[in-house]
Amino acid sequence: MGVIHVTDRAGQRHTLEAIEGWRVMEIIRDWGLPIEGLCGGACECATCHVFVDEQWLDKLYPPTEEEEDQLDTVVTKPNSRLSCQIIWTPELDGLEVTLAPTGN
Amino acid sequence: MTDHIETDVVIIGAGPVGLFAVFELGLLDIKCHLIDILPKVGGQCAELYPEKPIYDIPGFPMVTGQGLVDNLMAQIEPFHPTFHLNEMVESLESIGTPEAPRFRVKTSENGTTFECKAVIIAAGGGSFQPKKPPIDGIESYEGTGVYYAVRKMEMFRNKRVLIVGGGDSALDWTVNLQPIAKRLTLLHRRDAFRAAPHTVEKMRSLVASGDMDLHLGQVSALKGDAPVLEGAVIRKDDGSELRVDCDVMLPFFGLTMKLGPIADWGLNLHENLVPVDTEKFETNVPGIFAIGDINTYPGKLKLILSGFHEGALAAQKVHRYVYPEKKLLFQYTTSSTSLQKKLGVAA
Repeated sequence: MGVIHVTDRAGQRHTLEAIEGWRVMEIIRDWGLPIEGLCGGACECATCHVFVDEQWLDKLYPPTEEEEDQLDTVVTKPNSRLSCQIIWTPELDGLEVTLAPTGN
Repeated sequence: MTDHIETDVVIIGAGPVGLFAVFELGLLDIKCHLIDILPKVGGQCAELYPEKPIYDIPGFPMVTGQGLVDNLMAQIEPFHPTFHLNEMVESLESIGTPEAPRFRVKTSENGTTFECKAVIIAAGGGSFQPKKPPIDGIESYEGTGVYYAVRKMEMFRNKRVLIVGGGDSALDWTVNLQPIAKRLTLLHRRDAFRAAPHTVEKMRSLVASGDMDLHLGQVSALKGDAPVLEGAVIRKDDGSELRVDCDVMLPFFGLTMKLGPIADWGLNLHENLVPVDTEKFETNVPGIFAIGDINTYPGKLKLILSGFHEGALAAQKVHRYVYPEKKLLFQYTTSSTSLQKKLGVAA
């Protein structure tokens, strides 16, 4: 078992137990943090947008064209990813992400 | 002109669950009208994932979002439901009694009024609305300097226009507004566009000829004494900033779902969901039902198949409101000739 660290929109950092094979969006949602995940992980809505800590970026599979298309619909930073497209594996033990702001 | 419509049931939301409710109501001789904010039926299935395969619809090992919607439309065809698309329900008012409920429903665009004996809310995550980018103070410019849709092109004549986005809406409005705008700037986060290739081509040639500007980056701040917009600060990927002077900004970031006016209808809400009982899927207001992703109850699973079940049970109670004198006889479509007649399949 490993963990991920998630900083919420109020700046508070949470350490969540991760489960192999789950999407990071699902782990965050399962622990009750406010991540919308409207489309349910189908890479169709960008409501699970997170900023990935720089040191972890290279350890992730690069975004697909589909994910890039969805990232076009939010205000991104260079370290923006959709958390539904990151499948947690033990190599990602300690992954550090921050929930991106949402519009009203 | 405002229309006035009398019917048995108004269904709010024409997604898969709202569509199947038409079938269950139809078998019980209950007529309905459906209202949806989108220009097409199918809700999230049609808007968010029309091409995505779904694997957990009973009887379909695999069906796409649009495929499911098409099949549901064929299934409810015998009941001739009336659709009111591109309309949002603005108000829902109770004009009856708990024993004999009656409701007045009004929509926004054409101001259609419905009077009915029951309302079924099948609104999923709420109504689809333009996604608003999280930029500080953006609300204070909305309607004066920031618009999420173009209603009248003339509004933008001789204005300095900043369009943000890389999809069809952003690119279509770029090439349509460029000839009348004083200066048009397109801003997108990367040099790849998912719009129709010939529109992208047109935009690139306008940039090449110096007739418009294209920048890659993100809006980080808006400038100007609200509500008057004067410019936007753009942050590029390399961290540098750039100021673009503009009178209006049009962000085209697609659609998202918001609860919207449902919050004002006197219904109990729990975290933007409508609590219901699991016998009739009725809300705290007798005669108003909630089925599908919009409702909540102990053990709720947000699955399309749950919404189908909920619609079938809600229809049983709706029957009592629509036909208070009639006893409801439970029948199967496999064996009942009366049901088969309604479906137009009787021998």
